[in-house]
Parts: sequence; structure tokens; C-alpha cells
Amino acid sequence: MRLQILDCGHRLPTKALLAVIRVVSGHPVVDAVKLALYRPDFYGAGALTHEAMRGPSEWSVGDRELMAAFVAQAVESPFCIAAHSATSTLWFDDAAKVTATLADLDTAPIEEPLRATLRMLGKIAAEQAIDADDMRAVLDVGVTPAQIEDALAVGLAFGITARLANAFDFDLATPAAMNAGAKHLLRRGYR
Amino acid sequence: MTDISGLHRELVARVLGSKGTAPPQQRRAAFDATGLEEPLRTLVDKVAHHAQYVSADDISAARAAGLSEDQVFEIVVCAAIGQADRQYTGALTALAAATGGAT
Repeated sequence: MRLQILDCGHRLPTKALLAVIRVVSGHPVVDAVKLALYRPDFYGAGALTHEAMRGPSEWSVGDRELMAAFVAQAVESPFCIAAHSATSTLWFDDAAKVTATLADLDTAPIEEPLRATLRMLGKIAAEQAIDADDMRAVLDVGVTPAQIEDALAVGLAFGITARLANAFDFDLATPAAMNAGAKHLLRRGYR
Repeated sequence: MTDISGLHRELVARVLGSKGTAPPQQRRAAFDATGLEEPLRTLVDKVAHHAQYVSADDISAARAAGLSEDQVFEIVVCAAIGQADRQYTGALTALAAATGGAT
């Protein structure tokens, strides 16, 4: 973590909470949690991320976690790729599906609506120009406008989070810690 | 469907509002990724477009220019949210164009 305040500048009640998390989880607190709990009255994007990832949607939780991992891959954020690959894998109980999607979207064993949506999200995250034709390509395979808006909400949340993870140089936690985090995210979400 | 519209507005208002320690115009410039001088221009440009290349030196340069760690935190957060916000808004505009506004 690049800023010392994000490592150890939390208020005392938050420091106590971080200590409890360490003891209960049996793992060091991951940097994403330290960021989320630092000055939440300023940044505090947990509620937005929770709504995007766990709010009512035609996309499953696993689909949205895969979208988060895909956006993270487009902006080259190792922490977010690992965290949301683990969470999506846990949801689908299918590591091969997640790995294949991140390796080659065109041949991945996923439904066409999800494939087209991920392609659109990847294009946005990679800062390529996006226009009505790109959206029509997604609509044409049966994705509803509401589903596109839901996917764009995931793209917004992780366009922010993945950039911050890179800028603040989040430590890549151990696979065990990532899996523990994935279980927590499926149980409790992002709030 | 999910509804982030209010939460999105509140997030942007918070980081550009009165809770910051960096000057409001500096946070606004970081959000817009425009109008900043070095070394913040490089830091903000990297966060917005190539966050994977932000280095410890970029952070140190901002600190050496007189910013506290909290101010650097705020500038980086504003830069990340600003870029994601522009991409999100642009995509919603493209969707509205594709559907004739019926989303």
C-alpha cells in the first residue's frame, strides 16, 4: 500500500474493527478493506458497489463478479482480477469458466448475451470509443437495456476500484486470503 | 434492475464537496483531468488512463510539492472517479442513442 494513512491512519474504532477482522478471518486485512474503511465520509463507495453487485438484476451475482474481473483485466489490476475471479469462481463453482472467459472471450463457454456484454465493458474500460452501434450489437443478442445499464453500473464501480487498487499499489493477498474474501463478499456483499 | 443513480450523485458530490482537505478547485481539476500543473498532472493522467503505471515516485513528487498524504489520497480518488464517471456517462449516452432514449 503506497500511502501510510491507508495502512494505519484509520480512526481508533476502525482500527479495532480491523483487528477483529484479522482475528476472525485468520488472514491479514486485504488492502481493499483498508481503503473502504478509510474516511468513508469522503470516499465511501461501498453502498454504490453493493447496489451494482448485489442489487436486483437479471444478471446473477456470478455474472456481475465476472464482469468486475473482466473490467479489472482491461485496466490491468492484478488485485481486482484475483479478488473477483475468486468470487465469481465460488459463485459458479466453475473455475474453468472464469479462467476461459478471461483468457479468450470469443471462445469462452458462456452465453452470448454475457459474452457481448463483457465485450462492451472491456471496450469501455480500455478507453476505446463507444457508440450506438456498440450498444446495438449487445441489444441484438437479446440483452435488455436494463441489463446493459446494470452492467454499466458494475463497470463504473470497478472502473473506480481497479484504478485505485493500482494507484495505491494494493498487495496481492495470498490465494487463501482471497478465497476467504470471496466467501465474505458472497455472504455479506460490499457494505 | 439496480439503481445507482442517487448513490452515484452522492459519491461525486462527496469527493468534490466540503469533506476534502485538498482545495476544491484542485479536486475538481483532478476529477476533470484537466488544468493541473506538474507533478499532479502526471499523477492524475496516470490514474485516469494508465493506473497500472502509477509509481512510488509519482506519489513522492506530489508529497514534495506540498500535498499531505490525505490530499494525495483525495486527488487520486477524484481522478479515478472522474475517469470512470466519463466512461459511464458516455456509455449511457450511446445506449440512449441506440434505443431512442427508451432505456
